[in-house]
Amino acid sequence: MLIIPCPYCGPRPELEFSYGGQAHVTRPTAASNPSPAEWNAFQYERANLKGLHAERWRHIHGCARFFNVVRDTTTDEILRSYRSGEK
Amino acid sequence: MLKLKAARTLPARASALGWRMLDPRSCWSLRVDLVAAAGPMSAADLPLAIDVCRAATRGDWSALWLGPDEQLLVGLDSAHAQLAPRLAAALDGVAHSIVDVSHRQAAIELSGPGATRLLAMGCPLDFDLRSAPVGFCTRTVYAKAEVVLWRQDTQRFQLQAWRSFLPYVTGLLALGSQELTAGI
Ligand SMILES: [Zn+2]
Repeated sequence: MLIIPCPYCGPRPELEFSYGGQAHVTRPTAASNPSPAEWNAFQYERANLKGLHAERWRHIHGCARFFNVVRDTTTDEILRSYRSGEK
Repeated sequence: MLKLKAARTLPARASALGWRMLDPRSCWSLRVDLVAAAGPMSAADLPLAIDVCRAATRGDWSALWLGPDEQLLVGLDSAHAQLAPRLAAALDGVAHSIVDVSHRQAAIELSGPGATRLLAMGCPLDFDLRSAPVGFCTRTVYAKAEVVLWRQDTQRFQLQAWRSFLPYVTGLLALGSQELTAGI
């Protein structure tokens, strides 16, 4: 089981979390009048990286907060975690 | 062989594996900015848990830290009617939400030398006193059910589960007690 460091509660077992997909995917604003291709990219295109991946997790059976984690997808090593809105 | 012998000599035994349902209590979900609420709650003689995963008690009421802006207030059923007006008066002018969740969940008390072992059968947290000292509280899981756990004393825990999950949780506790008693 992964031990995931929640930025609010500290290290906790993976069972308490749910996965939230790739982090830092920015929704196009209505003002930017996004093209269908831009909408498609926002909704469906993801990096699927081999290596360091910034991803969202939610401590759903804990503090219930979303936050970000940097995880190595080849080893599952978690390098750090930080709150939503932080880089 | 050595391992087996060690397991058989552990102290948890039938009399030590106590768990029981507690009487209904008054429970409230409070969502509020802790910094903004600290002064008003203190002035109204109501508890607010500031430290992460720790409970705070004041008078008849306890506040359990569940999230950065989420507290579970627990008190006696007999004081139930008084709390909402007290909270509303205390937090007048501070953005907040209070929801009565008393009927949503029921409380189970686990106590005795076997309490941490019984808990560990369903919950993956570390119950060593260094990581879960007295006063520790958190939302977590017991097997597949979401629960709120509160360590009230070294060997006494309160486990709150949603009522629809109670047959599942208590069934597992009963089975766990039997297994520990039998030394399995
Ligand atoms: Zn958390």
